[in-house]
Amino acid sequence: MKEAILYLQDATSFRGRTLKETGETAGEAVFNTAMTGYQEILTDPSYTGQIVVMTYPLIGNYGVNDEDVESDKVHVKGFVAKEFCRRPSNWRARKSLIDYLNENKIIAMEGVDTRALTRHLRIRGAMKAIISTEDFDPSSLQRKLDSLPSMEGMDFVRDVSTSKKYVWKHSGPRRYKIAAIDCGIKYNILRILAELGCEVHVFPAKTTAREIMAIKPDGLFLSNGPGDPAVLTYVIDTVRECLGKTPIFGICLGNQILGLALGGKTYKLKFGHHGANHPVRDFEGNCIAVTSQNHGFCVDIKSLDAGVEVIHTNLNDRSVEGIRHKSLPAFSIQYHPESAPGPHDAKYLFNRFIEMIDKNKNA
Amino acid sequence: MPKRADLKKIMIIGAGPIIIGQACEFDYSGSQACKALKEEGYEVVLVNSNPATIMTDPGIADATYIEPLTPEFLEFIIKKERPDAILPTLGGQTGLNLAMKLHEQGILAKYNVQMLGAKYEVIKKAEDRSEFKAAAIRVGLDVPRSVFAYNLAQSLQAVKDIGFPCIVRASFTLGGTGGGIAHNMEEFERIAALGIESSMIHEILIEESIEGWKEYELEVMRDHSDNVVIICSIENLDPMGVHTGDSITVAPAQTLTDKEYQQMRDASIRLIREIGVETGGSNIQFAVDPRDGRMVVIEVNPRVSRSSALASKATGFPIAKFAALLSVGYSLDEIQNDITRETPACFEPAIDYVVVKIPRFTFEKFPEAKDVLGVQMKSVGETMAIGRNFKEALQKGLRGLEIDHIGLDNKQDWRYIDDDKLRRRLAQPNASRIFYLKYALQKGMTVDQVSEISKIDIWFIDQIAQILEMEEHLKSVIASTKGLGPQLMRRAKEYGFSDAQLAEMMDKSEKDVRAMRLDMGIAATFKLVDTCAAEFEAYTPYYYSTYETEDEAILNNQKRKSKKKKIMILGGGPNRIGQGIEFDYCCCHAAFALREMGFETIMVNSNPETVSTDYDTSDRLYFEPLTFEDVMNVFEVEKPDGVIVQFGGQTPLNLARRLSQAGVPIIGTSVDSIDVAENREHFSKLMDRLKLCQPANASTTSKEETLDAAGRIGYPVLVRPSYVLGGRAMRIVYDEESIKSFLDELYSVSRGHPVLIDKFLEDAQEVDVDAICDGVNVFVAGVMEHIENAGIHSGDSACVLPPHTLSVDVIARIKDQTVQLARALGVVGLMNIQFAVKGRQVYVLEVNPRASRTVPFVSKAIGLPLAKIAAQIMAGKKLNDFALIDPGALKYICVKESVLPFSRFSGVDIILGPEMKSTGEVMGIAATFGAAFAKSQIEANQALPKAGMVFISVNDHDKKDVALIAGKLADLKFKLVATRGTAQVLRRVGIEVMAVDKHHEGEENALTLVKKGEINLIINTPSGKKSQSDMRVIRAAAILHNIPCITTLQGAWAAVNGIEAGIKEEFTVEPLQNLYNRSGVLAGSAVTGPSAKNGIASLRSQ
Repeated sequence: MKEAILYLQDATSFRGRTLKETGETAGEAVFNTAMTGYQEILTDPSYTGQIVVMTYPLIGNYGVNDEDVESDKVHVKGFVAKEFCRRPSNWRARKSLIDYLNENKIIAMEGVDTRALTRHLRIRGAMKAIISTEDFDPSSLQRKLDSLPSMEGMDFVRDVSTSKKYVWKHSGPRRYKIAAIDCGIKYNILRILAELGCEVHVFPAKTTAREIMAIKPDGLFLSNGPGDPAVLTYVIDTVRECLGKTPIFGICLGNQILGLALGGKTYKLKFGHHGANHPVRDFEGNCIAVTSQNHGFCVDIKSLDAGVEVIHTNLNDRSVEGIRHKSLPAFSIQYHPESAPGPHDAKYLFNRFIEMIDKNKNA
Repeated sequence: MPKRADLKKIMIIGAGPIIIGQACEFDYSGSQACKALKEEGYEVVLVNSNPATIMTDPGIADATYIEPLTPEFLEFIIKKERPDAILPTLGGQTGLNLAMKLHEQGILAKYNVQMLGAKYEVIKKAEDRSEFKAAAIRVGLDVPRSVFAYNLAQSLQAVKDIGFPCIVRASFTLGGTGGGIAHNMEEFERIAALGIESSMIHEILIEESIEGWKEYELEVMRDHSDNVVIICSIENLDPMGVHTGDSITVAPAQTLTDKEYQQMRDASIRLIREIGVETGGSNIQFAVDPRDGRMVVIEVNPRVSRSSALASKATGFPIAKFAALLSVGYSLDEIQNDITRETPACFEPAIDYVVVKIPRFTFEKFPEAKDVLGVQMKSVGETMAIGRNFKEALQKGLRGLEIDHIGLDNKQDWRYIDDDKLRRRLAQPNASRIFYLKYALQKGMTVDQVSEISKIDIWFIDQIAQILEMEEHLKSVIASTKGLGPQLMRRAKEYGFSDAQLAEMMDKSEKDVRAMRLDMGIAATFKLVDTCAAEFEAYTPYYYSTYETEDEAILNNQKRKSKKKKIMILGGGPNRIGQGIEFDYCCCHAAFALREMGFETIMVNSNPETVSTDYDTSDRLYFEPLTFEDVMNVFEVEKPDGVIVQFGGQTPLNLARRLSQAGVPIIGTSVDSIDVAENREHFSKLMDRLKLCQPANASTTSKEETLDAAGRIGYPVLVRPSYVLGGRAMRIVYDEESIKSFLDELYSVSRGHPVLIDKFLEDAQEVDVDAICDGVNVFVAGVMEHIENAGIHSGDSACVLPPHTLSVDVIARIKDQTVQLARALGVVGLMNIQFAVKGRQVYVLEVNPRASRTVPFVSKAIGLPLAKIAAQIMAGKKLNDFALIDPGALKYICVKESVLPFSRFSGVDIILGPEMKSTGEVMGIAATFGAAFAKSQIEANQALPKAGMVFISVNDHDKKDVALIAGKLADLKFKLVATRGTAQVLRRVGIEVMAVDKHHEGEENALTLVKKGEINLIINTPSGKKSQSDMRVIRAAAILHNIPCITTLQGAWAAVNGIEAGIKEEFTVEPLQNLYNRSGVLAGSAVTGPSAKNGIASLRSQ
């Protein structure tokens, strides 16, 4: 354990201790209000470039296991909690979170007044932060942060997307052939699509429409992923080209990409939505789902043209949570119907994608 | 969906008296519901037999009935009020069962009354175990293997398939009565028989034992549009096998992965839809096998419950209020979250702290009962603590329990605990197990061993180990360096160690530790409970303390810049016998009254069941233990202009001296006056000065002195410790031998305070008086004549208001003495005096310069909010500011009866004495004493018979008067049966009676008659020194068969009056609002007097 500082871009700092790993790490500080699911959060590629602050104070209680991972590695830049659990308990636990973080060389900080930090981020907005066990000098830390590029305009997708096309392994039936553009896709999306009888061909983010259409997919899936969607012109162009040629379903970053491909704009939220308790109204299904969310950017309602409609709205801040093209088979959701972590309320949206595919096949 | 316009009038059924398993949480939920529905413009009719509730305040509902909670009386009320609907899901199991009966008896259909929230079939599906099981299986959920049985023979056959250990549960009962775990055939037979007996439908479930599994609860809400949200998850520290009410529980769930938690969430949603609870809150219990994660669903409560009250307080989400709104048609997204103001109620709270609930037991009151826990609830109250980690919350909770522990400390006496006993106490759940867990680790057992033996999850045991490690580290540092540095001090506070614990380690005073700590700059910080883990700005000021860097209470106070004066009210902590809802009622009234006067009110309390810990009762709520340290922490942040200690019972009163010395401005009666009343020597001097009479007495500080004094005063004497409530360790002793056997307990309870000895006045009439004094003028609000003689704790005896046998002269003298005492003590606020009247002599037994247990009863009886008036007087108003009318001229009689928990403690004799044992009270109101008394007996679940057979057996002392009672019963056509001695006395005066043996002889004896159900009433006064063991058996049988059993002759006399009224009079019902109008006493209006300005001025001058 080592004394550590978490220094924010606006010169506010918080003290705490790191676990075994020492040194320095910097990224955008965001808070997540989910009370369970830290292992999924750590391995979610969408957190690339971010230092995640957990608002629930006791993290690591049930350890880590072999199954609850959302990618092949830990993606967060840093991890902050009030207290990490030294002795976990759960029948599936394989090791403690502390060991897991140490093995993955993640700088994790505890003993922080995470509520004060969260309040600060809420009031001032998500911002760049640095955790250090070596440098406690504010001006030096400030310099380091200033030299760091801002989240807006950052392309993290190229770091997390698969380098080679692959087919997701599963043993069930394969009724549909789905192409998925991997901008940092979560395993649970792939698991659910497989469950529904999809053979999922996962493509690197930098794939052309022609390459995708070459496999004659029954549908195209746009994945979640980190960073600013607006800079991902190579994905946006691909999607634009595929529009109308195959049914499209997007999640999270995929929602923003579809919005951009349809001519809309995106903007950065003050502190984003990161948690597992956001109520969303689905205007098509006329129901409310409690949803898992993780996004810092959002589609601008005003930017959408008449051909696009908003199908889901966040009841907390009225932001766009889902859009649909009125005539073409394409829709997308800003939050995470695949959960992991979070409620399963919105899982039905995957079925809606399948229905769209069926309808398109029959047409 | 908007609210329903087709409904105009809605009836809410309350939960009745406080009993084990049903406490003030239902006053909290019911009051919230009433207020919410009234605000929506509905006319609300409320029925509850419990006068100590906020919900029965005449301002809460439009028509308030304090009447028996039986189908018969509810029909009277329905007939009179003709409500459009009833809301049955907010009055606990009592309310739910009643609504079911009203439906079954066709009463709802007859008067065209709808059931809101949950329909009959839905409740049945949830409550009936076989229907519930089928429903669970239908939606793909796993349940424990089980079989139903309806008689003993069937049970014995069925258990063969299930095997041992197995659990027996009786359908349709309260808090698990009539259930248990059987490990062999012998145990099984006993438990099964009891279960079949106590089930409303004579049904028991024999179930695969999942003892030792992890236990969870989810609080669920659903609306008409089928939106379902989970408000809170709760994990029990005590695994399956201990009733949830008796378990230490933690929110949120700690050891579930997201995957498992979401499975549980999905299961809850599927189940609630399948069962069909339309709207409102439900709670669902799960068990998880720690070995492989197999999850089974245990039960559903289709109503607001104890757990939902806890969940509301744990998250800030007002479940009951929203349940009421949903029941009239709103959907969750149409209701705004009061706390964030901008987000809807359709969400799931995220919390950023840890909540620990710890049950409060009172086994010390029932020494014959074992403190072993099982599936039948035994605790009488609970405390809740919030911290930023489990260790802190647990230690706060333990000191908030007010059982003399200052945290997870080492106060338990371990001298007699060998390894065997230790293992037994770990394995068998019991009231002090949490301390044994630490002790076992201290003795060198490993975390795994302790977890293995106790079946408590390793996570919890390791947390305890961490507390222990810190304690040992602190001790070693203190030993080596003679002091803690700031860093370690902060760590200790983060682990929840109290100043008192640290003081013990450092061999310093708590005061010194506090000073030292503050010098180091280590002060408690306050955080907000906001339902959203700080994601949104919160407006509801509900705080808890912790040791962090940012203090939101200070930030928010600065931001608000309020110029109002502040008054802080100290609550009563966890419910216990002797200190319960009555005091919370007073605290709430203080908050309401002072807010009306323009003060900012600050509530400090640790009891999650109460209305006082509702976030809108006061301007700011601090959910904190009521210890010197924790109260001072709040004081330092708020710096209130006045602090009220006289409403929360003995808890805050015990802190008064230290708070005052620390500079806390205590308002109302001064701390010195409180001392005069509590200190026997000072009090005797005062009595002499006023020339008032008190029984011969002495105050002693050693065992020898106690014996000497008792001998000098002459037996029988009443002995008791001072500064306790509820007659703890108070006894009447008839000889030196008995007092000797009791001295150890006496001195352990008195904790350094003197032990008091009074001459016991035999056959004296006891009278209770509640009064308000402003330092000069005195308002005698109620003179209550006890039914039972002096010697039975006032909390356990029934009483009548206005007095019905006392002479005008005696009443006048009692009032006069009350005035003298109030003035002499300089009482400002409430006071309560207990008098004894023997012949024409009036004795003062006790003066309490604080709110008493009877304040709500008197307030309801006379229609004046006494606690409100008293609070305003403490804040500077004068009695003359209120147009108070002498309540002497009531046109009706009010009877208060106490409700006793004997059925929960097998092996405990039911006789009454000077140590209080009742958990709650009811109130009967009628035109005559007989009818009022009869109502009170129905309410206390002791309904008097109208015909049948009465068994009488009285002690020698009572034989001279028993004929009067027996004669009257004979006149009323009752058949009489008596023991030989009593029969002889009765025959001598010509009363026809059958003589029987008690129970050991002959074929036909008293016991067999009781068991056969031939006896309808038992009158049995136990003989002087000790209860006779043979009568004990009969009294126990009476409890089991629910036969009213009266143990005093005065009680019997009242009962005979009640029986006569039951036969000759017709019961009527009347809302309080009408009663007050007719008798000329107006409720509420009297309290609005001159402006707050005067109040503040005189507050200052104190």
